[in-house]
Amino acid sequence: MTEQIMSHTSPPVGSDITVEPLHEITLSVNGAPHTATAPARRLLSDFLRRELGLTGTHVGCEHGVCGACTVLVDGAPMRSCLMFAISAQGHEITTVEGLGTDMDNLSPVQQAFKECHALQCGFCTPGFLTTIHAFLETNPSPTEAEAREVVSGNLCRCTGYQNIIKAVLRAAEIRREGGAA
Amino acid sequence: MKPAPFVHHEPRSVEEAVATLAEVGHDGKVLAGGQSLIPVLNMRLASPNHLVDINRLPGCDRVEVGDDHVRVGALVRHAQLLADARAASALPLLGQALACVAHPAIRNRGTTVGSIAHADAAGEMPSVAVLTGAVIEAASVRGTREIAATDFFEGPLETTLEADEVVVAVRFGRFPTGTRTAFLEAARRHGDYAMAGVAVALGVTDGVVSDARASFVSVTPVPDILDLTEAVRGREPGTVDWSTVADAVAAHVDPEADIHASADYRRALVIELTQRAFAAAAQEGVA
Repeated sequence: MTEQIMSHTSPPVGSDITVEPLHEITLSVNGAPHTATAPARRLLSDFLRRELGLTGTHVGCEHGVCGACTVLVDGAPMRSCLMFAISAQGHEITTVEGLGTDMDNLSPVQQAFKECHALQCGFCTPGFLTTIHAFLETNPSPTEAEAREVVSGNLCRCTGYQNIIKAVLRAAEIRREGGAA
Repeated sequence: MKPAPFVHHEPRSVEEAVATLAEVGHDGKVLAGGQSLIPVLNMRLASPNHLVDINRLPGCDRVEVGDDHVRVGALVRHAQLLADARAASALPLLGQALACVAHPAIRNRGTTVGSIAHADAAGEMPSVAVLTGAVIEAASVRGTREIAATDFFEGPLETTLEADEVVVAVRFGRFPTGTRTAFLEAARRHGDYAMAGVAVALGVTDGVVSDARASFVSVTPVPDILDLTEAVRGREPGTVDWSTVADAVAAHVDPEADIHASADYRRALVIELTQRAFAAAAQEGVA
């Protein structure tokens, strides 16, 4: 397949699709600008992992059901498997790596997951962490019912969810205590 | 589970968007929020050669409240509409239904207009569009036209929209003062596709029922209105025995069976939901 780099403008109608053009895509991830080239069909999830080497974002079902690939787009949780990288051009993306990678300085949600044993195999965890992180920004003191509701869009096949719900409430507590920034 | 290659068009105006659609015709799809389209592309159930990505169209991200309508632009995300206090006050049914649309992460990206254009029989917003007497605003190189929601849905995932047209906005009709509404659905998990759902509008004039209508989710091939007024007209809303509408609902719906529920179960479910929704509307939700 011949590849050619396109500027970020629409190609002419009737372009031969067997020649898959590459687009230069610039977006901000965890506060740092990144530029890479990829075809238009590259999902944001794959762009983060393949082009940018940020493998914290996990790819599960690839049709929006499991929630493992959830990232924050301008602060709001979205499925990175249901968005093309080219659509994220110019937007601010936060992945699980942006929440904290230092074991001595975990984010409140990461710390709560650790304390409450809210993960086992860990595959689904990045999606839970990003989803809960954004949720607590807008709802810092959730009820247990709200904690259940916020994780309803994420699948976990190990934990049975009880400890994840405990971790949502514990993370809110840690935030209120001002600990584990 | 990766989409087939496509040519990505990113128009910066409606004129540019419809010019592209006119050229690519049936070989193109409009991409807005993508929460229904991208799963279809990922699974290669469809592989259009052209995607017309309207996410950078100016002016399409507005919610406008008029005296008789709430106009929702093609790029208004479900979450944005759900959070819009003026829209919630003008047409409470919008928020009642939007809270049932998928999960928050999907609502943050998916658009209300897109879910109507997608015309999934399991979608909540097509049903709301029909019950509110919504008007679909479509644009093409041939000009703009307005399509009544009742003329828009032809079948599951099928509409009367032409291949060269894009929906630029939907105007949901506001109900007359005194109309109470409710939306109820049942899903295996909150946020999943509903096994059955119902939107109801209950008109109350001088303290008695003057109008009772319902539209459905997942149990009719296209959303349409069931008028139940005759069964309950003239009663005080709080005293109506809503089981009187059961037979009419049972006769109206035509559910299909799938792995989640049999047709009989869906029918039983929607009868119960309809009674509960009317009872809830009778108690509260005065518009």
